[in-house]
Amino acid sequence: MMGSKLIALLVIVLGVVAIAQLVRVYELSSKLRKRGEHEITDRDNNLNGRMMFLFVIALYAFFLWLVVRYGWTGRGEAASTIGRETDWLLNVNFAIIIAVFVLTNTLLFYFSYRYVRKEGVKAFYYPHNNKLEMLWTVVPACVLAVIIILGLKKWNDATSAASDEAIRVELFSKQFDWTARYSGYDNMLGRFDYKLTTDKNELGLMTTATIDSAIFAMEHGVTGIDSLEAKLNNRKIMLVPEEREKMETDLSRKQRLIRLLYQMQAHHDKKMDRAAQDDIIQKDTLYLCANKEYEFNFRAKDVIHSAYFPHFRAQINTVPGMTTRFKFTPDITTKEMRVKKNDAKFNYVLMCNKICGGAHYKMKMIVVVLSEKEYNKWMKGVQAKTFKTIFSPAPAAPAAPASGSDTTGVVMDTVAAPAVVKK
Amino acid sequence: MSAIAHEEHGHHEAHGHHDHEHHEEHFVSKYIFSHDHKMIGKQFLITAVFMGVVAMLLSILFRIQLAWPGESSDFLSFFLGETWAPSGILKEDMYLGLVTIHGTIMVFFLLTGGLSGTFSNLLIPLQVGARDMASGFLNMLSFWFFLISSVLMFCSLFIETGPAMAGWTIYPPLSALPQAVSGSGLGMTLWLLSMTIFIAGSLIGSLNYIVTVLNLRTAGMTMTRMPLTIWAFFVTAILGVLSFPVLLSAALLLMMDRLAGTSFYLSDIIVGGEMLTNHGGSPLLFQHLFWFLGHPEVYIVLLPALGLSSEIISTNSRKPIFGYRAMIGSILAIGFLSFIVWGHHMFVTGMNPFLGSVFVFTTLLIAIPSAVKVFNYLTTLWRGSLVLTPAMLFAIGLVSTFITGGVTGIILADSALDIAVHDTYFVVAHFHIVMGMSAVFGMFAGVYHWFPKMYGRMMNTRLGYAHFWITIIGAYGVFFPMHFVGLAGAPRRYYDYSVYSEFDQGSLDMMMDLNVIITVFAIFAAIGQLLFLFNFFYSIFRGPVAPQNPWNSTTLEWTTPVEHIHGNWPGELPTVHRWPYDYSKPGADTDFIPQNVPLAEGEEEH
Repeated sequence: MMGSKLIALLVIVLGVVAIAQLVRVYELSSKLRKRGEHEITDRDNNLNGRMMFLFVIALYAFFLWLVVRYGWTGRGEAASTIGRETDWLLNVNFAIIIAVFVLTNTLLFYFSYRYVRKEGVKAFYYPHNNKLEMLWTVVPACVLAVIIILGLKKWNDATSAASDEAIRVELFSKQFDWTARYSGYDNMLGRFDYKLTTDKNELGLMTTATIDSAIFAMEHGVTGIDSLEAKLNNRKIMLVPEEREKMETDLSRKQRLIRLLYQMQAHHDKKMDRAAQDDIIQKDTLYLCANKEYEFNFRAKDVIHSAYFPHFRAQINTVPGMTTRFKFTPDITTKEMRVKKNDAKFNYVLMCNKICGGAHYKMKMIVVVLSEKEYNKWMKGVQAKTFKTIFSPAPAAPAAPASGSDTTGVVMDTVAAPAVVKK
Repeated sequence: MSAIAHEEHGHHEAHGHHDHEHHEEHFVSKYIFSHDHKMIGKQFLITAVFMGVVAMLLSILFRIQLAWPGESSDFLSFFLGETWAPSGILKEDMYLGLVTIHGTIMVFFLLTGGLSGTFSNLLIPLQVGARDMASGFLNMLSFWFFLISSVLMFCSLFIETGPAMAGWTIYPPLSALPQAVSGSGLGMTLWLLSMTIFIAGSLIGSLNYIVTVLNLRTAGMTMTRMPLTIWAFFVTAILGVLSFPVLLSAALLLMMDRLAGTSFYLSDIIVGGEMLTNHGGSPLLFQHLFWFLGHPEVYIVLLPALGLSSEIISTNSRKPIFGYRAMIGSILAIGFLSFIVWGHHMFVTGMNPFLGSVFVFTTLLIAIPSAVKVFNYLTTLWRGSLVLTPAMLFAIGLVSTFITGGVTGIILADSALDIAVHDTYFVVAHFHIVMGMSAVFGMFAGVYHWFPKMYGRMMNTRLGYAHFWITIIGAYGVFFPMHFVGLAGAPRRYYDYSVYSEFDQGSLDMMMDLNVIITVFAIFAAIGQLLFLFNFFYSIFRGPVAPQNPWNSTTLEWTTPVEHIHGNWPGELPTVHRWPYDYSKPGADTDFIPQNVPLAEGEEEH
């Protein structure tokens, strides 16, 4: 390895020496011909002019090759209704910009070739022409007006609120994974607060029970206020200053948080509990029902992430401290797409598209779009795992997600796919 | 170098016929703490060239990782060692560090400090007919701030926790929380410190440029007789003065969040198992502040390049620039519009969609003055008598990349379409071509064109040609395929695309094909830059001595003697009688009439 480095170094040194010698030979010959370095010979001039023209042809060839070979292959067909419109508009815009790209580059490189200095041909003194300038101000302005109007219309459609029937799902992001929360029977996402986050309540959902439990954990937990105070006040424990300082900061932070938690407890409305209790938390894979509108809410636990669904042409950042949203309607199931792409292993995906730390590139969630029938079946399998049952499992009671009043076998199906049946 | 200096010095003493008081200059006051704008310009250039080489090398390091992920590379282990590239494989964190510092150096240190610093300093006094900048001392300070900030940024690459790793846009909370990524510790502190100093230097410099342009123009040099270079530098400086302070405040608030426990950008965060108490801050606030600079910054980078190319294209077409006033108008329009478009970087950040639609409108408006510029360049070339010097080739290359990168901007400015390609390689391709390549081409064009003015010697033309062809082929080879990677949906700042194998092998195959092509072209282009470096440094010392006006140009800088003297003109300052673009004027004997030549009898000003 050392040897190869030496050789590489030697090659570089020799290369530099060789260029230096070449340059000197060239300079001597120019000197003999009494030609200054600033005087460009006709030979050089014409050669470069021709190369300009060749270059632009090669550039177009390269472009065509890329389009033919790679064009849309990577992304494939859009798999949502909004995505299909995006692709249409994208193609319209591409047609316009490729035309401009080709027209102007052709003129540029053709002129560079056509008008190189020629013996006896003087440049044409042409300082300005108001009509021409008006022309290339107005024409681009008109084209842009079309682009803007089409674009804004589409933008308004894409960002407007989803219909009331839309299925509400929350996607929660943190370094470096995604968690989905389905809104359950009531199609309403329960409230949350980051201060309620505990091991058992990773999304910080707000119910009477979670508030109590968060207060308990913060006061009496392993690293709770009690234990911190005990350690700090215990004269028998020797602490390094850094350790002590760290614990003191931690303690003061927790003391501030606990006051806020007590406030929350005092103001909490028990009626809100149900909205959170029937939510279903789902990791690893996001299951969606084809041809149903979805309204997604997004949250971030630590830093900014971005929810990017390349196949549905949807994207929005997830921001700590605020909720972001968008909607789309998937309309091709995973199975259908696998056939279309002729790839039995293909899957839709939700990726993180905002730099969020070392493993940013691994932060993703597989998305599976099911037909309505399959979706109902899947929902039936998970419906028992509501937040309530997970947070405070009651072994004696039967699994009754949205309060036990109307859980007959038949109604269970309605519970399974709320928005589907509503329609 | 000092030998030449003494020679010049002696020569100049011997003539001694200028009215400027002269005193013995020491090495220190001439080369290190120089007040002379020409020397300061060269100091900026050399510093920027060094930083540019560093940033280019960083890009090669991460391009190797992208093309051959997981494969051991001697090149990586040589530069990064066991800490950051154990057994020759780049670490995830360092990948982000390399990307971040590459972007920061390229945008700020090469293309802002380097481009504007070099050419504003060199050309403003020379082209407006002034003895020096309004304040030589402040000018010196501006360089020293730039140098110190460059050194700090460079040093941040070598610290234990690594350089800043939050991307060059350093969005908090990632950049505010050392628990989130190791580079957000000391590395980020150094980044902020370096940028703070950089901004101070840039402000001092810009104020100086503005004052010089407004107050120190020689007799007859009205605003509408100024070369387009000066117009570009002037508007650039105004943009800098108005927008850089906003970045400074963004950085200071971030500093407060990091060090003083404030909550400007932080709210409801749990990181590394710690529940923070920060509440009420907004990460979006930072983005607004950042892009309020960030977008004008694009034009701070581009306008000087466009100014330089206007001058070079006109001179080497032997024709007046077409539509001089329209060119000034478009510079002003671009400058103004650049302040009201920043939101187009934030369409999918959670900003109110209505605000987004306003920014769509203003952003697409910028295409109009840009189109005017392009068509004016084309018409300038039309029926010219082109002399294809290396500078001219680079200037034409700039127009090409400005078009190619500009048109994809239309897709990105359209919020509805941006949703699909935001933060993918499509964006990376777009801004590298339109901002990166155009500005770099402008800078190269400027160096080749004004090298005789800077060093009194000529650069080698043949090496210049080879350099141009390698660079343009390399540049398009790198950034053209990137569009397709982006359209395939590949997010930027991904360390490794192999994750695609879990859900879409077809896309992965395509991306990896293209990534290899891109990296090969990148290495090719990088090696081509060695030709430039060699040519540059060789010619400083050994290049053939330049004539006074090598390109038969009309502007005032070519009326100064080849040997640099303090005060620029040995006798009185020249008086200006005409606009700077009297090339091939009908009825004239030569195909150019310098600005200081009085109008002939019966001659009309353009």
